Formats: sequence, C-alpha cells, structure tokens
Amino acid sequence: MVNSTPPHSDRKVWISLLAKASSSHLSELWATYDEPPEHSVLRAPEVGSVMVRGRTGATGAAFNLGEMTVTRCSVQLASGETGHGYIQGRDKKKALQAAMIDALLQTAAAPQVQRKIVDPLQARHEEKRARRSAKAAATKVDFFTMVRGEDT
Amino acid sequence: MYVAVKGGERAIDNAHAWLAEERRGDTAIAEISVAQIREQLTLAVNRVMAEGSLFDPDLAALAIKQARGDLIEAIFLIRAYRTTLPRFGGAVPIATDNMTCDRRVSATFKDAPGGQILGPTFDYTHRLLDFKLAAEGEVPDATEVLTRQDATPHIMDFLNREDLVQTEPFDDTHPPDLTRAPLELPATRALRLQSLARGDEGFILGMAYSTQRGYARNHAFVAELRIGIVPVELEIPELGFAVEIGEIQITECETVNQFKGSKTEPPQFTRGYGLVFGMSERKAISMALVDRALRWKELGEDFVGAPAQDEEFVLYHADNIQATGFLEHIKLPHYVDFQSELELIRKLRREAAAETQEAAQ
Repeated sequence: MVNSTPPHSDRKVWISLLAKASSSHLSELWATYDEPPEHSVLRAPEVGSVMVRGRTGATGAAFNLGEMTVTRCSVQLASGETGHGYIQGRDKKKALQAAMIDALLQTAAAPQVQRKIVDPLQARHEEKRARRSAKAAATKVDFFTMVRGEDT
Repeated sequence: MYVAVKGGERAIDNAHAWLAEERRGDTAIAEISVAQIREQLTLAVNRVMAEGSLFDPDLAALAIKQARGDLIEAIFLIRAYRTTLPRFGGAVPIATDNMTCDRRVSATFKDAPGGQILGPTFDYTHRLLDFKLAAEGEVPDATEVLTRQDATPHIMDFLNREDLVQTEPFDDTHPPDLTRAPLELPATRALRLQSLARGDEGFILGMAYSTQRGYARNHAFVAELRIGIVPVELEIPELGFAVEIGEIQITECETVNQFKGSKTEPPQFTRGYGLVFGMSERKAISMALVDRALRWKELGEDFVGAPAQDEEFVLYHADNIQATGFLEHIKLPHYVDFQSELELIRKLRREAAAETQEAAQ
C-alpha cells in the first residue's frame, strides 16, 4: 500500500513534517533561507478537504469519520525539479512554501535546506510530542493494593 | 382569499444589523478573538468539528463566534462551508494503535499494559464553581515526567489473544459516504458509524442512556477509552506514495458486551465502537453503546422494539442540522396553508351551527 523504501522514505518524512508544521514556525525558517529560488507555479494553492477514515473496532472495515481541511500546491523550479505541498488547514502561503521546500530538497541545495528547515521542524515536532507525553505520563495511575482485613 | 405578499427587506436588513450589535455585546468589554475561542473553548470547538464533520479548529472557532455560541448554528455554518470544498480524496484509515495518548483508561483491566493515564479530565473535580477563574490569574504548569515514546497497544488485543472477543473482519473497500449518497436502509455498519460520528451528541447520549436503563439492554464495559493525536495519511497520486498530511485529535471508545455463541462457535464477547473528532468522550462512549445496540441483527439477537435498536429511528433523527432545519421551518410564513385551515374550520363551524339550529326546530 505504502512504499516506504528509500528514496521515498526521506521525502515522505519531510513532506509530512511540512504538512504538520505551524505556519508561523515554517515562515520563520523559510525567512532564514537565502533567496527563494526561481520557479513557476504548476498548481496554485488550492483549499480542499480530505475524508478521514477509521476502522470498526480499530481493526475492521473502513468507515468515513469526517473531513479535514487541506491545502495543496505544486511548483517547478527553473532547474526542473517539481515540488508538492500538502498541508493541514487553509494557509495558502504555507502550502506554497512547503512545495518550494520539497522541490529544493531534490536539488544540490538539499543539505542546506535539510539543516536550516527540516531538522528544526523535526526537532520542534518531537519536542512538542515529548512534552505532551510527559504531561500525560504525570497523570498515570500507580495502583497499590490496600491490606485486606482477612489477610492480617 | 389569497393575498400575495412581498417586502420585509428593510426589516431583515435592520434585523441583521441588530444581530451584529447584539453579537458584539457591550463594547466596554474586550471583543473575543477567534484564537481565544480556539484555545480556551476547546471542547465547544471539538463538538462543532465533530458534528460539523470537518476538522479545522480555526473555522469551528469562527463559526462559534459568528453563531454567538449557539453550537448547532455553528455546526450548520461548518456544514455549509464544507460543501464548498473540493475533495482531494479519502485518507488511509487512521491507525489508532499509533496514537500519542493524552488519556487512556480501561474499566476492565486495572493493570493494562501501558497503564491508566488520566489526562486532562474533569472526572475527579468536585464540580464546585471555581471563583478563581473569574479573576485573572496565572495557571500553574502541568507536571511532566520522563516517559517512553512507543505506541500504546489496544487493550482489546490482549483479550483477543484468548479469542474471547469477536474479531472485526478487516475490509479495505471504499466505505459508503453519507455526504455523497442519501442514506438508504438497511445501512451497513460503516454507514451507521459515519452517521453516529456526526450525529447530535445529546441525541446519541439519550439513545445510549436508554440502552443502559433497559431498552435493548446489552451491558457494556468500557474496555478502553483513549484520547490523543493520530497522523492522517493520504495517497498522493503525483507522488505515488502516501504521506502524512496532518494530525488530528480524536477520542476512541471500545466496549465489550455480553456474549454471543452458537452451536458451532463458543461464546465470545461482542463489541461496540465509538470514534469522534477532538476530545469528546461522552459522545464516543454513547456512540459505542448505540453502535452495539444497532448490531442486534448481525449478532443474532432479538428485536425487542427498543428505539436504540431501530436504525431507521436512530439514523433518521440523529442529525441535528436536518432536525433543526425541519423543526424551525415551521416558524416561517405558512400564510397560505393556514388560510385553508381557517376556511375549513369556518365551514365546519357553519355546518355544525346549522345542524344545531335544525335540531332545535
């Protein structure tokens, strides 16, 4: 169903990170990147929806749960690489940035883009997740058994 | 006599202007922002997303502001907006065992692997008004402890190892979609679950409560209730593989209910399932109970005439937008309908009066 062998796996990871990043954080990181490259817009940012699905009993037949908003955009760099942005929500600017970054990550500039944009996104995502998990873990119940009368 | 009526435009414009003013309230009080609603009235936002059937916290918060806090009106706004969106596709079914859990409790296993995690719950609060909230104040930080980061397995998996619970047959065919084709009965379980997931929380709660009180009794245990974040994956045609296009918060409830067995199969627990956008455990538990009650036919149970077993009754009345639309339309002009009623009653009264007069003579 999903091909996650390289080289897809890296691209899958960065596209997913771009999709989930906060608009403000991505804008901030994008601003630190040199010059936006020359490009043409293949598909202008478009807001739409994706139907989210679940499974009966978590493991059975698929069913439709409800939709979520998604914005997509495609660009082509002057050097030929095509980039796609699929992001959660309705931020067209973010979708365009995501598509450009996806394209740049296929060029010789990839290591720089990785260091300046993808790595910080990854770090932020992991930190957010870890902090939430840490708060959840603090509410974990430690049961202890009271000494029962008949046992003493 | 029928008199054509036209007009009211100025009255409507003025009504809208006053509505806007009332929505704003006292201008000496700071205006509430959409971001404040999104961050501080999260559970209202969650309900609007679940029943509006569109996960977008910013839009839901905007709808709540526009609707002056009337959540059904806000859900109506979201449903209307949703119809304007082109659909890019259907996501890969979410893997709830891959959830980053905020909360995860089991009423059946005290020592569930992964533990009982209470999360930010109201459950153990005293339900006394907290007047500190009426004054501005700093909120203490939540406690954090170092923890593992791996996935939390479903509790049902442990029961399944002993084969004590019926398995849900895996099926990857495209599920039917209520928003694309009108609801037809009998409905598949997939269609019922979609309908319940976007159904009115109050209605589903009432139906679920009725099963607990004895109408279609099927005593339910909450095997697991979990709330957390799951990624949503979509196959991207231009890429040829699936990527995560975002992450959403959801609430999932799995119930185990009493047994079913036959001549060929030993007794097994049966199951109910609830899945809802956002943090909404009342709705998720209710959904699981009603799902289970509606499964009577496939599980070989008797129809005892309970409302919660009647899919036509449940599915055709669960949608609060359909319900409110039909209910509230009766306040709109029915002058012609009523005119005919008026004619009729006058005629009947004339006839009755004539008969009385005749009898008296």
